[in-house]
Amino acid sequence: MTRVIETRGLRKEFTVRVKAGWLRRRTRVVTAVDGLDLTVDRGEMVGYIGPNGAGKSTTLKMLTGVLYPSAGHVRVCGFEPVRQRTRLARRIGVVFGQRSQLWWDLPLSESFTLLRHVYAVRAADSAARLARCRRLLELDAFLDVPVRQLSLGQRMRAELTAALLHGPEVLFLDEPTIGLDLVSKQAVRAFLAALGAAGDTTIVLTTHDLADIERLCRRLVVIDQGRLVHDGRRRLVVDLDEPLAVDLALPGVTVESTQANGRRIVYTLDGTITAGQLVSRLTEVAALRDISVLEPAIEDVVARIYTRHSP
Amino acid sequence: MRSQTQYRASFVADVVGSVLFGVLDVVGVVVVFRVTPALGGFAFAEVFLMTALAGCAFAAADLVVGNIERLRHYVRSGLFDVLLVRPLSSLAQLAAMDVATRRVGRVAFSAVVVVVAAANARVPITPGRLGLLVVTPVAGAMIFGAVFVATATVAFWWIESGEIANGLTYGGLNFAQYPITIYGALFRRLFAYVVGFAFVAYYPALVLLDRPDPLGAPALLGYASPAVGVAVVVAAALMWRAGVRHYRSTGS
Repeated sequence: MTRVIETRGLRKEFTVRVKAGWLRRRTRVVTAVDGLDLTVDRGEMVGYIGPNGAGKSTTLKMLTGVLYPSAGHVRVCGFEPVRQRTRLARRIGVVFGQRSQLWWDLPLSESFTLLRHVYAVRAADSAARLARCRRLLELDAFLDVPVRQLSLGQRMRAELTAALLHGPEVLFLDEPTIGLDLVSKQAVRAFLAALGAAGDTTIVLTTHDLADIERLCRRLVVIDQGRLVHDGRRRLVVDLDEPLAVDLALPGVTVESTQANGRRIVYTLDGTITAGQLVSRLTEVAALRDISVLEPAIEDVVARIYTRHSP
Repeated sequence: MRSQTQYRASFVADVVGSVLFGVLDVVGVVVVFRVTPALGGFAFAEVFLMTALAGCAFAAADLVVGNIERLRHYVRSGLFDVLLVRPLSSLAQLAAMDVATRRVGRVAFSAVVVVVAAANARVPITPGRLGLLVVTPVAGAMIFGAVFVATATVAFWWIESGEIANGLTYGGLNFAQYPITIYGALFRRLFAYVVGFAFVAYYPALVLLDRPDPLGAPALLGYASPAVGVAVVVAAALMWRAGVRHYRSTGS
């Protein structure tokens, strides 16, 4: 199992100048991300949520090399994002919902050509990926239209394609469905689900739309006021007749605890493996008495955080 | 890049405008010498050569990194984020954002002016002088380019940075076009040596014209421009790096 993202004590502070009377300014330090520990393995799909101002975008910007962390350790694909920014950029794809990376005045297809040169990707590789995106995201209708004339839904599909043309290992999406109508949202979700299911692209997405998470992410990470408040991996509780004699050695599975003299085991699944796969492996080596899956209680966690912030 | 040719009329206006800008530089010198026969101890032909060298250096710098002045807008809008997630230098991307084809016209025009000015000043044709004549605008462009970049980086710290950049770049052009002997001591030291504008045209022109410096500087300084250029470029690059690390981005 390969670690794609790793942060320890990641921290970002901003100095804000507040007007305090005539010509005087008071400076105040705002901590946007406050000691974040997060690891993501290859192939995971992580939903990263939190209220406005919780530090989601700031985290994403530190992971992509846009912002320089105030403190802490961060590695993405083995690179230090800011110092090795250009090398990292070849390995990751980024979609900022609010900022376009397409050329406003050019037809969409020319933006793709330019990006191919920017990333120095072989024409054949790029063409194959583009063909796939054209089919799945139905781009053909507006490939020759200047980007400024695209609808939001069309533009977001174009942005996704643009972020994938160089075949990134990790895809960072900052609110990819924001402002989209239902049909476009579903098109984007279906596309991301297919991409994630293929298993070789790690996806981290921030969103305010819980339907995105439910549909896409096996792992939910919640941040509030710069701190990690929930890192929900799915848990599987297994009751056995006899304690397990062999080591499962399954990637993506860790033993959280063993109870009842080893006859009850709580596993956590990191998202690269389904509960079904674990169960079928278990039945090969032991007699199962009972199994139950503990889902991360998305709504509960989220509602608790959001209500605390409403006046 | 190609976006520009999408708006043909404004493209033509841009080309005409930028050549006009070069003409105005020359006219400025002519006007000054209608009033006075000598400026800071230099005759028309000599000042004309300095103006031509500075103008050419400025035009070349403007061609390569002139687009950097847009940095403010990129920083303010957060669009700079997009540049940072691509596998190229952010500075190079910003510079190439539109390699203004219209500015090519200005560089070509100003190069012609340099040749005319050198002939007019009867610069002796020796290999050394010809070399210096070619190298000087390049070194000058490095100095101007570094100033463009360095002043633009202010935007990383202070988003409302408006006219500071123009003050130093266009102010620098005006400074470099005339012999430094006409300026007051404090101002001259600041612009000529701290920023290095005296090396854009003044010192090389002295060598080209085979004149000793009225201020008593050794003639060797005329050949120092490339070294000064490299030094200020390195300084500007360091400022840029510090600026990018200080970049705060905006919004979500």
